[in-house]
Amino acid sequence: MERTLYREIKATRQIVQLAVLLAAFIAAAALAVLYIEHHGHIVTGMNNQIVWGMPHVFAIFLIVAASGALNVASIASVFGQVPYKPLARLSGLLALALLAGGLAVLVLDLGRPDRLIVAMTTYNFSSVFAWNILLYNGFFVIVGAYLFVQMARSMPYGVIRTAGTIAFLWRLVLTTGTGSIFGWLVARQAYDAAVMAPLFVAMSFAIGLAVFLLVLGLITWLTERPLGEKLVARMGRLLGIFAGVVLYFTAVQHLTNLYAAEHSGIEAFILWEGGLYTNLFWFGQVLIGGLIPIALVFHPTGGAKPASAFVASALVVAGGFAQLYVIIIGGQAYPLEMFPGYQVTSGFSDGVVNAYSASYLEVLLGLGGVALALAITGVGMKVLRILPTNLSDANIGQD
Amino acid sequence: MILPALNFPKKPADMNRRDFLKSGGAVATLALAPGVTLMAFGGQASAAADPGKRWGLLIDVNKCPSDCSACVSACKVENGWGNDKHAADHPEAAPQWIRKVSLTDKSTGREFALPVMCQHCENPPCVDVCPTNASFKRPDGIVLVDKHRCIGCRYCMMACPYKARSFVHEDVTDQKTHAPRGKGTVESCTLCVHRVDAGGAPACVEACNTTGNAAMLFGDLNDPDSEIAQALKAYPSVAIRDDLGLNPGVRYSNL
Repeated sequence: MERTLYREIKATRQIVQLAVLLAAFIAAAALAVLYIEHHGHIVTGMNNQIVWGMPHVFAIFLIVAASGALNVASIASVFGQVPYKPLARLSGLLALALLAGGLAVLVLDLGRPDRLIVAMTTYNFSSVFAWNILLYNGFFVIVGAYLFVQMARSMPYGVIRTAGTIAFLWRLVLTTGTGSIFGWLVARQAYDAAVMAPLFVAMSFAIGLAVFLLVLGLITWLTERPLGEKLVARMGRLLGIFAGVVLYFTAVQHLTNLYAAEHSGIEAFILWEGGLYTNLFWFGQVLIGGLIPIALVFHPTGGAKPASAFVASALVVAGGFAQLYVIIIGGQAYPLEMFPGYQVTSGFSDGVVNAYSASYLEVLLGLGGVALALAITGVGMKVLRILPTNLSDANIGQD
Repeated sequence: MILPALNFPKKPADMNRRDFLKSGGAVATLALAPGVTLMAFGGQASAAADPGKRWGLLIDVNKCPSDCSACVSACKVENGWGNDKHAADHPEAAPQWIRKVSLTDKSTGREFALPVMCQHCENPPCVDVCPTNASFKRPDGIVLVDKHRCIGCRYCMMACPYKARSFVHEDVTDQKTHAPRGKGTVESCTLCVHRVDAGGAPACVEACNTTGNAAMLFGDLNDPDSEIAQALKAYPSVAIRDDLGLNPGVRYSNL
C-alpha cells in the first residue's frame, strides 16, 4: 500500500466539456431568475395556495444532501473508520458545494432577493427560519475549517477529530433545523410533527451518501483514477441501511397520523387518493427510493458489484426528490383544515385540492442550483488537493 | 427664558421631531414598534398604537347572507387590491385580503357563509416564523407586514392557519397611499389600521353596516364597556381553529 496522495484534477477535454455544460445550466438559471424577478412570480407555477414550489424542492434536496454528504468525513474522523479517510476531503468540499447550490436556489426564489442583506442582518430568534440562516452560515465556517485542518500539513489527528466532531454535531443540528421548518408548522395537517426532524436527518444520511457516491464515481471515472469495488460496495451497503432508516421514520410518521382521526384526511390524500402524490409516495419514495436500492445493495451476489451501489444511489436520489416533492408540494396541495366537519368553498380555493404544475423557469432555477453545486465541487478539486490518486481496494487502509 | 414663538400655532416646517410624533400626524405609525417604520399608514391619524387596546371584530354568521360580499368589495376599494393584471385569469395567484367562505355542515346540511381575513392573533404564527421581523404585531393587537423588510420568503403564508396572507405575484398599480403594496412581498388585512388610527372603523365593517346586515362589530376587546366586549360577554362566540391557542382578535357568533 502506497501513501495516499491527493492531487488536483486535470482539465481534460471531458472535464472541460462537463464544465461548459454546468456553466450553461447556471447561465440558464440566471436568466430564469432575471425573468421571474422582472415579471414577478406570476410566471411560475407557484401561487397563493402552493406558495413553495419546485425551487424549494430542489433547494431543500440540496441542503439536506449537503449535511449528508459530510457523513463520509464524519465516519472517517469521528468514528475512525480507516477506509473512509481518503474520501474525507471530497466529503467536506461536496457538503459545502451542495449547501451553496441549495441556498442559491432558495435565495434566488425570494420575492425580494435584493433584500438578502436584511435576512443577514436582522434575526427574529423565534423563527426557525432565522435559526437556519445562522446554522447554514455556521456550517460554511465549521466545515471550511474542518477541510482546512484536514489539508494542513502535519496537523495532529486530535485537531482533525475535534473539528470533525464539531462539524458532525453541527450538521445534525442543521438538518434538525431543516426538518423543523416543516415540523413546527402547526397550521398545516401535513406537517406539525416532531418526527419531521429525525425524518429529515435520516433523509440527509441517505441522499447525501447517494450524491457523494455518484459524484465520486463520476469524477474517478472522468479522471481515470482507480476506485476500489469493495470500497464502493461497502458504501452501498451503508446507503441501504440509511434508506431503511428513512423508510422506518416514514412509516412512523404515517402510522402515527393514521391513528388520529383528525389526520385521516391528509393521510388518505397522500397514501391512496392523491393521484400524483400517492404515486410519487409509493412508487417514487418507497419502491424506487427505498425497497429497490435496499434489495440491490444487499443482494447476495449483485450487492458486491459497484454498479449496484451506483444504481442504488441514483434511485435513492430520485426517491428522495419524490419524497420532498410529496412533503413540500403535496402538503400544501391538501386544503387547510379550518372548519372540521364542514364542506368548504370560496373564491380563494378553500376546501379544494390545490393544483400545481412547475414552470420550466422553476425547473431551470433548480437545475442551476445542482449545476452550481457540481461546478463548485469541480473547481474545488481542480485547485485544491481533494481527490486521492488511487482509491483502489489494495490502496485503501482496512479497519 | 421665555420663548414666545412656542405660543404661536406651528407650521409643519417649524415642528420639531417630538412635536411631529406627538401630533400623530403624517406618519403616525412611526411609533409602531422599535425600529419599525411604515411609510404606509400615514394620513391624519389621531393616535399611535395604544398598548391598552386590543382591536377586534365580532362577526355574527346569522346576519351574513351567503350572496353578499360587500365587505370584500369595500376592502378591495379601500386598500387597492383585486385589480392586478392577472387577477382574473390566475385567481389562485391573486391576493385576497378578505374572502367569503361558504360552509355546509356535513352531518346536518346547514348552509351558511362568513368572511375570513387576518384574524389578528394574540400569538400570531406569522410573526413567530418571520425571519426578518417584517411580520409584526402592534401593541394594540393589529398584525401587519412591514413591506420594507419583507424578503418574500412566504414562510408566514405556510404558517398561517387561516390562509389570510397573500404574496404579490406581479407589478401593482394604482396603489393607495395608506396601503402600499409591492411585488415580491406578502400582504394581508391591516384591519384598516389607517382608519383605526384616525378613530374610524375598518372599511368592511362600514360596508356591512351600509347593507343593513350589520353582521360585523368592530371595537376594543380590552374595554369592558365597548359594544363588542359587551356582546362577547353576553353571547357565545368562537374563534376559528381555537384549538391552536392563538387567541385571534376576530370572533364569530352563531358559527
